[in-house]
Amino acid sequence: MSLTLEQVKRIAHLARIEISDGEALTTQGHLNGIFQLIEEMQAVDTRGVEPMAHAQDVSQRLREDAVTEGDRRAAYQAVAPDTEAGLYLVPKVIE
Amino acid sequence: MINKSLKQLSQALAAKQISSVELSTLFLDRIERLNPTLNAFVTVNREKSLKMALAADARIAAGTAGPLTGIPIAQKDIFCAEGWTTTCGSKMLANFISPYDATVIHKMHAEAGLVSLGKTNMDEFAMGSSNETSFFGPVRNPWDTSRVPGGSSGGSAAAVAARLAPAATGTDTGGSIRQPAALCNLTGLKPTYGVVSRYGMIAFASSLDQGGPMAASAEDCALLLNTMVGFDERDSTSLDRPVEDYTRDLDKPLNGLRIGLPKEFFGEGCDAEVMAAVRAAIAEYEKLGATTVEVSLPNSHLSVPAYYVIAPAEASSNLSRFDGARYGYRAPDYDNLEQMYEKTRAQGFGAEVKRRIMIGAYVLSHGYYDAYYLQAQRIRRLIANDFVEAFKHCDVIMGPTSPTTAFKLGEKAADPVQMYLSDIYTIAVNLAGLPGMSIPCGFVGGLPVGLQLIGNYFAEGALLNVAHRYQLATDWHQRRAAIE
Repeated sequence: MSLTLEQVKRIAHLARIEISDGEALTTQGHLNGIFQLIEEMQAVDTRGVEPMAHAQDVSQRLREDAVTEGDRRAAYQAVAPDTEAGLYLVPKVIE
Repeated sequence: MINKSLKQLSQALAAKQISSVELSTLFLDRIERLNPTLNAFVTVNREKSLKMALAADARIAAGTAGPLTGIPIAQKDIFCAEGWTTTCGSKMLANFISPYDATVIHKMHAEAGLVSLGKTNMDEFAMGSSNETSFFGPVRNPWDTSRVPGGSSGGSAAAVAARLAPAATGTDTGGSIRQPAALCNLTGLKPTYGVVSRYGMIAFASSLDQGGPMAASAEDCALLLNTMVGFDERDSTSLDRPVEDYTRDLDKPLNGLRIGLPKEFFGEGCDAEVMAAVRAAIAEYEKLGATTVEVSLPNSHLSVPAYYVIAPAEASSNLSRFDGARYGYRAPDYDNLEQMYEKTRAQGFGAEVKRRIMIGAYVLSHGYYDAYYLQAQRIRRLIANDFVEAFKHCDVIMGPTSPTTAFKLGEKAADPVQMYLSDIYTIAVNLAGLPGMSIPCGFVGGLPVGLQLIGNYFAEGALLNVAHRYQLATDWHQRRAAIE
């Protein structure tokens, strides 16, 4: 498998990372090198093998539907780039 | 004082031979003097550290001290610590002052009374094997400052190796505790997945990440591990199991210990002199009463390929939170929300992090998910099953930690694939979720070599015992880098 320059740009867009034409070209070379390494997997017959998502086969814990954390909004918003009246500010998305 | 073990430091503090303030000052002064050369710490805050030391001295005076109260330690900058800048080695978080404590930080400082000497440098978001991807510049290996300390916990490794700290924390997703421990002559332990809470430990690949201790000896690691473990309801994969004392079995004799030697770890791909040191260590174990048996991990050659699908897939999901909206860096100029995201991420992440996010986005995208992501998860199962089979024939698996000693700065930085291959012996352990250690076992050309010990699930105590008995019989772990 070999990624085209267009594919590299599309992946960058999917990942929401701005990429210049020059960076896309360098990235293409690096990603294709990495995928060459990854391709070794494709020769392995894994029919009937259960995919392993986690090291421990435990199911998600459930807890009471109750408030357990205090209100720390001010502390958490103190590290935000831009806030107003307790809200996070971002560029307008709806006119 | 700076070369003493944690046990000796604890005794000195209890006997009032030295106060925690004096001890912490000793290390803070060394950091001030040597860190400009090594770049092991990215954040030091003498005032904060000494305040913690004062509180520890008060606990010692009041008779409410734990075994490690007052002992200074370095924290990898992946752990959120309230009021401390927590960067994860990234421009994205260069100005992030954490509003909360990671569980590990809370346990070690608020509960156990250890003193933080500061935050250590690391590969950006723990993605790297040389500490060269840090936004704050590379760390230098105290054994040879033209060489890397390994990564991603390279700052922690260099700090302990140069005795800027008696011990440190690290995290290990594919070898990030064990490989730098090997390259800097330290003892490092990656616990069984789920034993140490991941809450507040900035996520790279959540199904693989695990925090653990890095120190001068197995005994030090056992004492540290005692303060780090425990069930945490804030981590959804934290395991609820009885608390152990990891120092309990340190001294047990090794008579009858069965060491499994995977033939795949003893073939080509490892430097011959590194291999000779590893074999000499195994011979030493035979003198201590152990026997060896050949085992096989037939799918281990697939661990690097599978890892570079699974870890980036999880990373691309985890790192989507860095969007410039709620915390961290935000690009200065943009016209709309999408541009804000794209420019923030383009400017805030370094090249290696972007590469891994992009690999992850690709293997999870429509049309490629089955061929890459599911295939990698199936191979992960095969790799884990190999260990299950191998542990039917042995108690511990041994081999090299890293195929080479510390390499030169810049030597592998231009070729991601070459860098990835420096973790060929460590990655399978993370995929299976097993505990693993690296312990010093010799030198090649003046550079340290690490012996890797792999245990069955929850066998941390047994691994520490196996490591400790070797350290009673050898002095490799006591050799110190000549840096002053």
